[in-house]
Amino acid sequence: MELKEKLVSSFMAFEDRIDIDSPVHDIRSEAMKTFETDGFPGKKNEDWKYTSLKSVLKHDYSVFPKQENHIDYQQVKKYFIHDIDTYKIVFVDGKYSSYLSETTHEGIDVCLMSSALNKPKYRLIIENYFNKIAGKDSITSLNTAFSQEGAYIHIPKNKLVAKPIQIIHFATGNESALMLQPRNLIVVDENSHVQIVERHQSLTENPVLTNSVTEIYANKRAIVDYYKIQNDNEHASLIDNTFINQRQESFASLHTFSFGGKLTRNNLSFFQNGERVDSTLKGVTIIGGKQHVDHNTLVHHIEPNCESHQDYKGIFADSSTGVFNGKVLVNKEAQKTNAFQANNNILVSDKASINTKPQLEIFADDVKCSHGCTIGQLDETAMFYMRSRGIPEKEAKALLMFAFSNNVLSSVKIPEIKERITKIIAHKLGVNIGFDL
Amino acid sequence: MLKINNLHASVDDKAILRGINLEVKAGEVHAIMGPNGSGKSTLASVIAGKEEYEVTEGSITLDDESIDEMSAEERAHKGVFLSFQYPVEIPGVSVTNFIKTAINETRKAKGLPNMPANEMLKMIREKSEMLEIDRKFLSRSLNEGFSGGEKKRNEIFQLAMLEPKLAILDETDSGLDIDALRIVANGVNKLKSEDNAVIVITHYQRLLDHIVPDFVHVLHNGRIVKTGGKELAHELEEKGYDWIKEEANA
Repeated sequence: MELKEKLVSSFMAFEDRIDIDSPVHDIRSEAMKTFETDGFPGKKNEDWKYTSLKSVLKHDYSVFPKQENHIDYQQVKKYFIHDIDTYKIVFVDGKYSSYLSETTHEGIDVCLMSSALNKPKYRLIIENYFNKIAGKDSITSLNTAFSQEGAYIHIPKNKLVAKPIQIIHFATGNESALMLQPRNLIVVDENSHVQIVERHQSLTENPVLTNSVTEIYANKRAIVDYYKIQNDNEHASLIDNTFINQRQESFASLHTFSFGGKLTRNNLSFFQNGERVDSTLKGVTIIGGKQHVDHNTLVHHIEPNCESHQDYKGIFADSSTGVFNGKVLVNKEAQKTNAFQANNNILVSDKASINTKPQLEIFADDVKCSHGCTIGQLDETAMFYMRSRGIPEKEAKALLMFAFSNNVLSSVKIPEIKERITKIIAHKLGVNIGFDL
Repeated sequence: MLKINNLHASVDDKAILRGINLEVKAGEVHAIMGPNGSGKSTLASVIAGKEEYEVTEGSITLDDESIDEMSAEERAHKGVFLSFQYPVEIPGVSVTNFIKTAINETRKAKGLPNMPANEMLKMIREKSEMLEIDRKFLSRSLNEGFSGGEKKRNEIFQLAMLEPKLAILDETDSGLDIDALRIVANGVNKLKSEDNAVIVITHYQRLLDHIVPDFVHVLHNGRIVKTGGKELAHELEEKGYDWIKEEANA
């Protein structure tokens, strides 16, 4: 059976099992209709021109994991940011793992989407926020239709959440092929500040496909710093759909570190629904083999006096392929917008490729918008300079790549994450540079 | 120490060096002068092992060992150092971290363990004081936003830290004001010993007032056309290069 048909028929069984009175019942049904009509996006869809899902859709995925799996903390400790105190929301094969998690209801809610969808006390928030900014495209709709589990985070106003929150999904390989559809909802109220780290990690060589949707609401003067660490194995693919709605004077930053996975597609949309909003979108992609990473960003400037900063760096080795499609939309009312976009790429091999496409649609007349993309090779003179100081070729390359990624790394606010990313990069490049940048 | 025998080198099939012969012994300072385009910087790069240059004939030996087939880093590990005319900016890598990496990679190549941190710090302090380098400077990204003078001083700082056998200074005086020139030259002189050697590549004589050469060679069209003592540099300063060109072409 084709995956689409399997999902459509599974939905009926899924619906039978869940509360028909749930406030999201109609939303789910509506979303399923969209997916049923549109199906998975193909190459004719302009947004998916350079990313084909064909190779990841061919597996016979289990859509609902059959059993709960236990994994030992020691076995997966390395995937956690474990040297600082954090909240953790951890899922194993799509099921919540209370053993690996550390949630809270003290002053803030760091818990589960399934609770939020089912418990009356969360009903108002669900009604106000659930699926309000998530896209209506077929991929997001597919997730919406099956939305049931994921992270639910609500930070009421005037809270500075001292501990970062980690959202981690593990796949164990108990199923021969597994499809996961986590759904996260994050609401940060006035003047509050939260830091979130998200990671998807497969522990198996069995194929895993994750179609994740995250809605983030940064209300008035809220600060949200979000980090996505994508360093999965070559049998796991990820379609990440993240939507961020910002109210006035809020600050939201999202860093995406893409180092692994078979196919990774990041659909990232920012909506500036308030004045004096600041949005930062940054990413470092370092891949090789036959890996594919696609960044598809949208910044929608709706109100005046806002800023957006995009900075994506990519290093592509072997036969890896990359895509950057950055759309900046400035409404007529959004005067005094400052929108910056940069996408710089290095191709380390003749077989690697990158398609980069800035897309600016500007309807206001008093704005500053800039964009630039470059594709190049490693600077030969810089290589010779370092090697003439006794630094071997491999290490010199690594240092140059660090230097290239530095703008993105330097804005990471949690030192442990910066250190972790530095180590992952060093490991990926096969070097021990002996210091942290 | 360094013996260059009938060295020919070309880039993109264009011959730049056409038969260089040069011997540099331990304890000596050699100056290489010559008009623009005569091949001075090429000679420096070829000795240091830049891959873009193809050696078509001749050989280079260091302590009687051929270095022709060695990579740039292997030559560095053997004690060759090139101070760049245009040092490269490496954002995100501090001066300190860069030099630590360079030193420890060189030690690794020699089978030595990393230099202990306290020893490294002490050495950094000593050498930066000698070159009157502010400590804050050392935590800045390598060469990023440095003035011309700061870049050159940083090159000599690395030279001081790496303690090479053979130091080649390529146009180290360009971009230096008179005070910086004095500091840099004093630094080089302090590092000078009976066991190492220096090749100074320059257009002008002024650096040679401070770093006094034992030999001055004039390069023209890829060949050394004249060799003399330090007085040759004065003569060139006064009379320019035209008479050399005429002599060479005669």
